[in-house]
Amino acid sequence: MAKKEYSFYPGCSSQKAASASNYQTSVLTMCETLDVQLNEIPDWNCCSASIGYAGGGELPRLALSARNIALSEQANPGQDIVATCAACWLATKETQERLHDDSSLMEETNQALAEAGLEVQADGNIRHMVEVLIEDFGFDELGKHVKKPLEGIKIAGYVGCQTNRPFGIAGESFENPMYLDKLVETMGADPVENYDKKVQCCGGALAFSEPDKSQALIKEIIEAAYDGGADMIVTPCPVCQMNVEVYQGQINQKYNTKFEIPVVYYSQLMSVAYGAGVKEAGLDGQVIRATKLEEIARK
Amino acid sequence: MSNLNTQMIEKYRNSFLREVEANVEEGEWVKMCMQCGVCSGSCPFGPHWEHPPQEIFMMIRAGKRDDVLTSDSMWMCTSCYNCIVRCPRGLPITHIMHGLAHYAHRLGLAPKENPTHKFAIKFWDNLTRTGRVNELKLGLALYFMNGFSEGIKTSLKMKDIGLGMWKTKRLSPMEIVGGHKCKDVSGLHKILAKAREIEESKAQKFSG
Repeated sequence: MAKKEYSFYPGCSSQKAASASNYQTSVLTMCETLDVQLNEIPDWNCCSASIGYAGGGELPRLALSARNIALSEQANPGQDIVATCAACWLATKETQERLHDDSSLMEETNQALAEAGLEVQADGNIRHMVEVLIEDFGFDELGKHVKKPLEGIKIAGYVGCQTNRPFGIAGESFENPMYLDKLVETMGADPVENYDKKVQCCGGALAFSEPDKSQALIKEIIEAAYDGGADMIVTPCPVCQMNVEVYQGQINQKYNTKFEIPVVYYSQLMSVAYGAGVKEAGLDGQVIRATKLEEIARK
Repeated sequence: MSNLNTQMIEKYRNSFLREVEANVEEGEWVKMCMQCGVCSGSCPFGPHWEHPPQEIFMMIRAGKRDDVLTSDSMWMCTSCYNCIVRCPRGLPITHIMHGLAHYAHRLGLAPKENPTHKFAIKFWDNLTRTGRVNELKLGLALYFMNGFSEGIKTSLKMKDIGLGMWKTKRLSPMEIVGGHKCKDVSGLHKILAKAREIEESKAQKFSG
């Protein structure tokens, strides 16, 4: 397959020494195998995520994402924008759709952007990396690159909220999306069947502000994975990953549980299956080490 | 009471629904709610809402302005979008809740001690300062949002998580001095100021 190029919006959490820097590492490794070139949007800004609404309001929030789209149109014309973070994708895609469908919003946004000498068209596609994998490659093609099948690992595919709703992945249902399970299978691992908490909310940003209420949800997500016999959980979202991984100690104290289950990104599974080492797959970034994956990566 | 709040009470004396339609993001959808309650049943924080979404919609129509705007209900939204995809009438419920929360904040009516309200404002301030989120400063601001001694207690409670993130290079103490930022921060600030100016003048112009 010929090299594919995309305009890349990494987002705040993917930066160096930020909370999802290991996600970024594995995405770059995965893309190298797939011959994907990611052209970073120059001087991109935060999308204001799912909690920026309170201070921001509608137009300032749309203007943030519009600035990114405008910079992408300038630097990477004609290329689809691809985000790896669920919130980045959602905010940018929502902005693109709303500007596209509402000429007065478009006009107002461009009035704001003009203050910095920018202009937006917003007529291109805004995609999640998972969409690129499924739609531009497909499971068969993704499977062809597997060098070390992830045999003997059982994995709960935790899709979460914002990669799934309100946009979701074409052809998948909101209530029971199957693509993550298919991807797990394609990499040679064993998906947990009927993982009933696969689209349950982890609390999102409210894990910070309402820890008790959020951790009650996270507990259910982990419990259901254990019930399905999972060795680890896989997710496409940086907030899901962090929330489900790092609060296990606090949940154990609160609920007298003994949770210690690794939570990894799909791109880490793929990197290892494609032959990458522990570091290239970002596995040294796990707070709870994914030992079964590391063993395969070291082989 | 804020000036804007007094102004809005005067302007929409007879109809809170019209006030919401004019000033709240996606507010024109409120009247379409048919009170089925699917949103409330689908919400992961459902039991924690003083007034679940469909009740909020009815309260808006009933003119319960203060009860709605001072409620901490909207601040329970985790942005999971479950309500949006399930609503049989297609109401963008998540956006309406965000819009109501923002409007309540603008009017100075949002519950001051609600942790999500405080966190959300800190998040916006954090990201707009440099154009990118500084996770370390955001975390610390959050721990210390209830004062210094509370902050020390929270920091101690959270220290294992911080250490875990630091050891795996997912958090850097260096973020406290510099950190990631946009090059054209001043351009970004100009864009945001203009966007806010346009939004405010639009609200003034609306005559129902």
